Amino acid sequence: MGGKRSWFLGTYTGLAIAYLYIPVLVMIMFGFNDFAGRFNFEWRRPTLEHYRTLFDIPELTEALKNSLLIASVSTIVATVLGTMIALALTRHSFRGRSGLNLFIFLPMATPEIVLGVSLLAMFVTINMTRGFLTIVIAHIMFSISYVVVTVKARTSGLDQSLEEAARDLGAGPWTAFRTVTFPLILPGIAAASVLAFVLSIDDYVVTTFNAGATITLPLWIYGVSRFGVPAQVNVIGTLIFAIGVIYVAVMAFRISSEDARL
Amino acid sequence: MSSSARARGRFVPYLLTLPGIGWLLLFFAIPMVTMFSVSLQEGSLEQGYRLTFHWANYSQAFGDSSTQAFRSLFYAAIVTAVTFAISYPMVYWIAFKAGRKKHLFLLLLLLPYFTPFLIRTLSWKFVLADTGIFLGPLKDWGLLDESFRLLATPLSVIAGITYNFLPFMALPLFVALDRLDPAMLEAARDLYSDRFSAFLKVTFPLSLPGVFAGSLLTFIPAVGDFIDAELLGNPSTTMIGNVIEREFTDSFNYPEGAALSFLLMAGILVGVALYARWLGTEELTG
Repeated sequence: MGGKRSWFLGTYTGLAIAYLYIPVLVMIMFGFNDFAGRFNFEWRRPTLEHYRTLFDIPELTEALKNSLLIASVSTIVATVLGTMIALALTRHSFRGRSGLNLFIFLPMATPEIVLGVSLLAMFVTINMTRGFLTIVIAHIMFSISYVVVTVKARTSGLDQSLEEAARDLGAGPWTAFRTVTFPLILPGIAAASVLAFVLSIDDYVVTTFNAGATITLPLWIYGVSRFGVPAQVNVIGTLIFAIGVIYVAVMAFRISSEDARL
Repeated sequence: MSSSARARGRFVPYLLTLPGIGWLLLFFAIPMVTMFSVSLQEGSLEQGYRLTFHWANYSQAFGDSSTQAFRSLFYAAIVTAVTFAISYPMVYWIAFKAGRKKHLFLLLLLLPYFTPFLIRTLSWKFVLADTGIFLGPLKDWGLLDESFRLLATPLSVIAGITYNFLPFMALPLFVALDRLDPAMLEAARDLYSDRFSAFLKVTFPLSLPGVFAGSLLTFIPAVGDFIDAELLGNPSTTMIGNVIEREFTDSFNYPEGAALSFLLMAGILVGVALYARWLGTEELTG
């Protein structure tokens, strides 16, 4: 096979992936920087100080707590609502199904800023105070469609005859679903909930219009970015990235053990 | 199954979809309708707004910010082309040459995006800074002029958006290429004298649905983005998202902000329609 060409493409791929890691490596490195003054711009010497003082900025800790709580609540609700829709779309045929498919797609095809300001326009019109609750409402809204699409990718490839076999063996519809279908689609549901969590904890655009006085992690970082970002932000970014590394390692391990079984 | 059980079964899909669809109706569809009504209102924040079907808001909004609107469409088009140019060879290699490690490479490609969006963008700001870790040494060694800068230029804004939305292009491309049957690609290589024309005549056309999906998923958020222009740009790189944000949070001119939002979506629709026509809808649906 064209060895030379794939060698060239392989090198290119390596360089392109390396480029994707540039800002991540800079973030990690400057989380260990013992900098002087307000701006963490110049490398001086390594320190673990910022890890030790991770929770010493009360506003940052508060924002982090808010973000984690909002992401947890909205992930649970969006995953349940989205999975129910995905099941209905792939396991039942009913009137309005194709219209529903299109409707689910619309929030994903709308720019985030439009989602954010339209919610703001409505909350202002009905005189609803913006805060924790409105952020959760908004995050559930923009996560549902992603959950539906992710779970659907799993359910649509599913062999319906497995559940029918369980029914033939005397299982009730609920038991057949719970013991046969549910375990099979669980990986899809897990992937969808990871996605919903990441979407929520990372959101700045929709949140900024609907947060009121509540501060989330991205809102806080944005607010201080003009005056110099404390190194604790690098540390939080590094820890979130580390969770991603663990997640990817687990996934890679599962893929390779599936390969070994085949 | 008894007839009553079957009748109950008919309601199952509606019961399953009701809560989620209800949520989207309440917090996606109704806000859109509300914003449409706001876009036709007149008044001020102090005296309140009244619905007067004031269509002039649209011409006013367009007149005030057509520069930013066209700039956003232009930037987003460049971003879409560049993410495509960067991703396609990379994803091609992962899908066809990485063998059993292809999913590992795909995960490596996605992993940087676990870092929060804002921290990533601020990190680029730092990397691209005038005396930062890249430009600083180059200037010290005399390879670059002291006045050379990347940050706060159109280039840094486009580079930032390109970086942030790259996975939205790469993933659909990977899905489209990974689905192709290797036997068919081999037949194509037998059929055409050289690999490149086999690629142009068979592989690339077959991957067009992925190109289309990836372009939409990149272009739409890119047009509406305002964080990259805010953090990496300057006043002359302002995008339509920045204008909308200011109408709602600084000048509190809700009607004009709402009208701009609908103009933005109309611009996206026109762009997507032109693009679909250019790529050829037949190949996409066939």
